[in-house]
Amino acid sequence: MGWSCNLAAEPGLLSGRLALGWLIGGEWRFHPARFLLTAVAIAVGVALGFAVHLVNGSALASFDGAMRGISGAAELSIRATSPLGFDEMLYPEVMQAQGVADTSPVVSLAAQLGKAHITLLGVDVLRAVAVTPSLIGIRPRGLNNGTDATFDEAALFLSRRAMTEGGIRVGSQVQVVANGHTVSLRVAGTLSAVDDTASIGVMDIAAAQWRFGKVGRIDRIDLLLADRPIAEAALNARLPPDAVLSSPAAQNAQGNALSRAYRFNLDMLALVALLTGGFLVYSAQSLSVVRRQRTFALLRTLGMPRNGIIAAVVVEGLAIGMVGAVAGLVAGYGLAWAALHWFGGDLGAGYFRGGDVRVVFQPLAAFGFFALGLLAAGLGSALPARIAARAAPAAALKNAGDMLDPRQPIAWWPAAALMATGTVAALLPMVARLPLFGFAGMALMLAGGVVGVPWFARALLTPLARRPRGGVSRLLAIGHMHGAPNEAATALCGIVASTALMIAMATMVTSFRGAVVDWLGDVLRGDLYLRTTAGASFDPATRARLGTTPGVARLEFSREQPLTIAADRPPVSLIARPARHGHDPQLVLIERAPALPSGMLPIWVSEPAQRLYGWNPGDIITLPIAAGTRAAVAGVWRDYGRQAGAVVIDDQDYQRLIKDDRRDAASVTVMPGQDAARVGELLIARLPASLREQTEMTAPTTLRRFALTLFDRSFAVTYLLEAVAIVVGLAGVAATMSAQTIAREREFGMLRHLGVTRGQLTTMLAIEGAIVGLTGALAGIGLGLILAQVLIHVINPQSFNWTMSTRVPVGTLLGVAAALTSAAAITAMLAGRRATANSAIQSVREDW
Amino acid sequence: MIMSWISLIAAVAPAATPYPVVAPGITLRFPADHGAHPQFRTEWWYVTGWLRTADGKDLGFQVTFFRTRPQVDARNTSRFAASQVMFAHAALSDPENGRLLHDQRAARQGFGLASARVGDGDVAIRNWRLQRMSDGRWQARVAADGFALSLALQPTQPVLLQGQQGYSRKGPLPQQASYYYSIPHLRVSGQVRRGDRTVAVTGEAWLDREWSSNYLAPAAQGWDWTGLNFDDGSALMAFRIRRPGGGTLWAGGALRRADGKTIVLEPRDVSFTTVSTWRSKATGAVYPVMQDVSIRVGGRIEHWRLAPLFAAQELDARRSGLPVYWEGAVRTRGGRGYLELTGYDRPLTM
Repeated sequence: MGWSCNLAAEPGLLSGRLALGWLIGGEWRFHPARFLLTAVAIAVGVALGFAVHLVNGSALASFDGAMRGISGAAELSIRATSPLGFDEMLYPEVMQAQGVADTSPVVSLAAQLGKAHITLLGVDVLRAVAVTPSLIGIRPRGLNNGTDATFDEAALFLSRRAMTEGGIRVGSQVQVVANGHTVSLRVAGTLSAVDDTASIGVMDIAAAQWRFGKVGRIDRIDLLLADRPIAEAALNARLPPDAVLSSPAAQNAQGNALSRAYRFNLDMLALVALLTGGFLVYSAQSLSVVRRQRTFALLRTLGMPRNGIIAAVVVEGLAIGMVGAVAGLVAGYGLAWAALHWFGGDLGAGYFRGGDVRVVFQPLAAFGFFALGLLAAGLGSALPARIAARAAPAAALKNAGDMLDPRQPIAWWPAAALMATGTVAALLPMVARLPLFGFAGMALMLAGGVVGVPWFARALLTPLARRPRGGVSRLLAIGHMHGAPNEAATALCGIVASTALMIAMATMVTSFRGAVVDWLGDVLRGDLYLRTTAGASFDPATRARLGTTPGVARLEFSREQPLTIAADRPPVSLIARPARHGHDPQLVLIERAPALPSGMLPIWVSEPAQRLYGWNPGDIITLPIAAGTRAAVAGVWRDYGRQAGAVVIDDQDYQRLIKDDRRDAASVTVMPGQDAARVGELLIARLPASLREQTEMTAPTTLRRFALTLFDRSFAVTYLLEAVAIVVGLAGVAATMSAQTIAREREFGMLRHLGVTRGQLTTMLAIEGAIVGLTGALAGIGLGLILAQVLIHVINPQSFNWTMSTRVPVGTLLGVAAALTSAAAITAMLAGRRATANSAIQSVREDW
Repeated sequence: MIMSWISLIAAVAPAATPYPVVAPGITLRFPADHGAHPQFRTEWWYVTGWLRTADGKDLGFQVTFFRTRPQVDARNTSRFAASQVMFAHAALSDPENGRLLHDQRAARQGFGLASARVGDGDVAIRNWRLQRMSDGRWQARVAADGFALSLALQPTQPVLLQGQQGYSRKGPLPQQASYYYSIPHLRVSGQVRRGDRTVAVTGEAWLDREWSSNYLAPAAQGWDWTGLNFDDGSALMAFRIRRPGGGTLWAGGALRRADGKTIVLEPRDVSFTTVSTWRSKATGAVYPVMQDVSIRVGGRIEHWRLAPLFAAQELDARRSGLPVYWEGAVRTRGGRGYLELTGYDRPLTM
């Protein structure tokens, strides 16, 4: 029984395969460029997506490793909300809290070791051995049991990374600078259990407190728990306001939060590249299907079912997709490697300090992007195949042209519906602190835009077609375009999509950059800036001495330090400076509270702080400093510098609350007619010798340049993705134009018979190309400007918590329009030459 | 050049902590000498003993507190300064599971978390405590991983001063010595918890108290020590300091007869002979867990064979920064006690 069944099935299967092989093979043999181009489009999309994903994953893995290294992998920790630490007397209390098995107090300092920046931890080896064993140093000859060595106050243990970065060996004497103190320590051994990505040093806690001026304060208590719920309840009840309970998960969330939105946006951009690739496949397959309509019709009359046609085209698309996706994965891995090698794990955005991030291969992601590439190619082929399969075989046999009647109006409502849905989606709130709906809205709007292209082309051409003017070429061109809008539309959708995305990005970046430039102008009003490094500070005596420097008109000192508001969010910057009741010209207020309750401490929060924590003008909030400080939000200021938010407090209020008389930065205004550089030299000369080396002096122009360089670097990848989108778009234009033109050889032959010259034909094609290009550019730019609004007013505020107004990059728009128009015109002309090269008779006969 | 190096080192090195030197001619005073001697480098309160549960099962136990004074800068004002560090070990030998249950604690003194009282015996690390009560009893409380001890130790005999009135030599140089006294025949009563099961126990224990600044000669590898309570009320302490490779560098001990007469044993009066060994799978160390102790008293040599309650009584305390050693309950003819074997995995440094 089974045998006969198989035998019966065999001929159908065989012929089906034969037909497929024949179709695809033939297409490949006669149009290899088309095949290659579509494969490249898919490959570019897959490569970009995979590369961005790999880079993000690798950077995160290294970042997590570094965090684990520093935290010693304790299951729960109590952390200070600011570098001021908390009172060490919390330690015995925590040690005796219920549910706590053991604890390890830690002093944590940002330190400099030669040129390397390390996290210097002071630990009690007796506690750390049970709680965070990875922070126990290993001496070269194995564990040393001598108690003197164990409690050696001059011994420093370094992680491998810190050793390499500092170029240090075990046994050497090193100078460690932290909190304004320089201490000579001996490298006694390594921290071999610490992750390779962490640059840390460990020393005795008592020595760290004493030598680095932190006596009485600790920054962290790592916990070993007997019963977590009981311990958490007991600890939360007794934690002072300047400490928070924090798990490694919260730590990672805190570290990742800043870059998360950036990484998500990059992922989205990469997917957009893939989407553009899908559109290109759609364009190319549509044209190829149209061109082969007669072949398909013939096959249908010979008995091939309708689905067979669809299957054939889809299989062809999948074959292209397969080739493209594999090539894309390989290229993506290479790209990721190169990007990490040249730009670092954050692709130049400055989120992860230090380099040395290795590519972590992610098989799941590879499979995912492969599947996406295949899906894009498959869908891009299935849609045109369905249209082709619907055509009546008899009509199609005779006619290879557009199936749409030019007299029938084109429905505008699908495009409008998609656009409207997209707009609504974009206005929905964030999901998991990510602008998911924003991007969904953008995708819907993009689809709406593409669907609306035929309608747009018709709307644009109808007035032209109604008033026939100009020469033969122009009439013919407009007539053709008006009569075959679908053909133009398929050529256009890829272009429109890529142009729209590119314009949207360019508009957003231009707006952002413009806003940053304006803001820098407002903020950098001083003539000179002084800043201390490695925790050094200007004490009151130094400040008084600096204030009397000749040529100095005004000197404003400030102190800026991180302040953790929530354990799983990055700390805000607490800035103590003379706030002058909010009339500080460097504080660009965008919102102001009408009147504050009298006697309430006023603070001014930055725009990101307002958005992140919901601190609106007039709100009363509690700051986790000095046993919990109630303060009123007096205003909101513009800040593009601190993504995690910032809070300005008047320096006198700060002094009164925290009793911290150190300041770490100064803004200098020199007297009119004085040379700023000269005054700067005088200021530096007045600093104590020890402080001179730890003070940096910068001119506002340098700061401005630095800020803009940082900005451009963080958008470098965006520019790259934009460029790729444009190149892919242009390639799409060229391919579709030439394919369409060549397919019309018979039409050209006919026109030649009617007396149209070759020159007129070429002009006609140029005009057609220009119309297609211009239509695409106009549609793309219009759509792009709409998408830019989503980027500027939805994605950007939701991702980075800052707002800005739109600035249109007119030059870019004109350039893109010109480039697209001329590229389309030129490729059409070039293809036209080939198509009209044959004699008219031959052309008309073609394959009859 | 050399001069500048020396001055540099002098500037960098912390002000060296002067430790008191142990010297003969001291008179120990009580209860003050039950308390801590924080100037000395090392000190311990060492309780070992045999327990019998209500249903007649034998157990061995050990509760030990160490105090050490590391070389740290005396000018350091930090409360965390490691000027005094405490370690503690507790162990329970139960022949029924044939394995030593043990746990350890370590902490810097301060913050109310670890302390060693000066003036009377009272040492503690968090909730572990060995305290001498006003009525002269010692109270030991330890809640460890898998077991807990709560024992009262009632002295039945006067303090036994070791060596010359408490000055006990440990090596060829006179300063290689410790101040040393013991309290044998402590009558024990209290509770032992194993897992969730608490049983009442009685028994007999031995307290060793030593403090020193220079305990071991550089040429020493480790020591063998035993303290035996005999049924007739007499007590024997014997030790030998071993050289690397096995020879004896120093030895000593004391035998106190039931009538209170004490014979101090010189190095030549004491010898240890290995009868059988046991190899630790955990550390690879080979311990002479069964030994013959021979002492010469009044021209006559007396032998005692020490047989362990069971072999696996090794205590690996490396995690708390202390060495690996074997501390086991042993039986002998007419008595019981403890045998301590140190320096068998690597040379001991103190």
